[in-house]
Amino acid sequence: MSRLLELAALGARETMLAQAMNSNNLANASTPGFRKDLMTYTGTTRVEGIQSGVDLGAGAVQGTGNTLDVAISGDGYFAIQTPEGGEAYSRRGDFRVDAQGQLKDGVGNPILGDGGPIALPPYSDLVIGADGTISIRPLGEQSNALQAVDRLRLVNVGDQALEKGFDGYLRLPQGQTLDPDGAVKVVSGALESSNVNPVESMVRMIDLARKFESHVKMMSTDEKNRTSLNQIMRFS
Amino acid sequence: MNQSLWIAKTGLDAQQTKLSTISNNLANAGTAGFKRSRAVFEDLLYQNVRQVGAQSSQDTQLPSGLMLGLGVRTVATEKLFTQGNLVQTDNAFDVAIEGRGFLQVLLPDGNQAYTRDGSLAVDNQGQLVTSSGYVIQPAVTMPEGAQSVSIGSDGTISVATAGTATPTQLGVLQLADFINPAGLQPMGKNLYVESAASGTPQIGTPGLNGVGTVVQGFVESSNVNVVEELVNMIEAQRAYEINSKAISTSDQMLQYITQNT
Repeated sequence: MSRLLELAALGARETMLAQAMNSNNLANASTPGFRKDLMTYTGTTRVEGIQSGVDLGAGAVQGTGNTLDVAISGDGYFAIQTPEGGEAYSRRGDFRVDAQGQLKDGVGNPILGDGGPIALPPYSDLVIGADGTISIRPLGEQSNALQAVDRLRLVNVGDQALEKGFDGYLRLPQGQTLDPDGAVKVVSGALESSNVNPVESMVRMIDLARKFESHVKMMSTDEKNRTSLNQIMRFS
Repeated sequence: MNQSLWIAKTGLDAQQTKLSTISNNLANAGTAGFKRSRAVFEDLLYQNVRQVGAQSSQDTQLPSGLMLGLGVRTVATEKLFTQGNLVQTDNAFDVAIEGRGFLQVLLPDGNQAYTRDGSLAVDNQGQLVTSSGYVIQPAVTMPEGAQSVSIGSDGTISVATAGTATPTQLGVLQLADFINPAGLQPMGKNLYVESAASGTPQIGTPGLNGVGTVVQGFVESSNVNVVEELVNMIEAQRAYEINSKAISTSDQMLQYITQNT
């Protein structure tokens, strides 16, 4: 097989994967707290292909007025419990309370507080403070009977690298966990959207499509080269 | 086949659901007691194309792998039970709930349903019913010759009848509260039924134990914010366009191969 054809085909395949990744970012443009996938190319003497990373930049924060919507201002993450029992991190702040009073995220995984998953007693009002403290007015109590029940486990990664798991949550490598960080601030009544920039992704989409075309063009050029070569060989 | 096509398709599906939710919210902007919904999305599974940390040689590892997300999924359409505006109607049978709680309704099949729509009426037997004709629980029957009805903030219903000086107390409008109202299952007609996610109903007297109070002569309008829905609609439309552009681009890529090879 010709070297040109092989390289061009590899390039086309990798570009297709990159396009799929870009489409995934676009499809999740309105998933709360979604962190977009980054593609990096590592090319040496042979094509090694694209690799994925995750862009941890912040998304736009939209006011919703719903007290159970929480956005992190600045750096930091919420800690959630995964179905396997482990700890994972996300910026997804569309919380809800289930029938047992457990605080869960939009996907249905329990939110972790100071002492494990947060459970709320029946309440008539709920306030989430800037440091993640959850205060409630228990059902049937006066408005001055606010009591703090738990505090969101807010963490900061610093310069450690977070990885995305199969479920889309962020984790530290080898199942390490982070200690709570008191400096992380949250805003209640607001929701952080995804950090996908549709314009940038559209431009990347066009770029990848053209790149793909040039790979295919190289493949057809290779075919033409060989046809010409065959013709020359026939004359001689 | 090109995965990008299918991934973009999930994006189209999600935005379509979002748009349906927005349309339903807008269509019900004038429905008394209606609570708006919000479509909730999550990212679908990730596929491991190249394992991170795999040996790139005997002594070195790949610093990052290739994780490919497979699109987006609608997890739920969640009802937001924020308070709607109270609109004055001066109709004696209109009640609005200020705070938590639902009116209890008996369905024709004998099951219990719950509603926030307090535009009530009286049927031919004098029973207090919803605008669909379903009986309010606990049942209250208006006596013949009732002159005027008053419903107190604690739900006490009393009538003044011709010829008597003091009003007669007929009963109390009790409200049901749920720990997770968002888990109630909407069944149309402004009614909700209990589900495993909502928890069991806690019946209470209005104004006590955190249950809201009842306001006579008012109805609770929907909590739809039309401006917000229109902004959401624009956002959903643009996201839809972007995803359909991703489909056509992926399609062109495939077309380009078939034409040039």
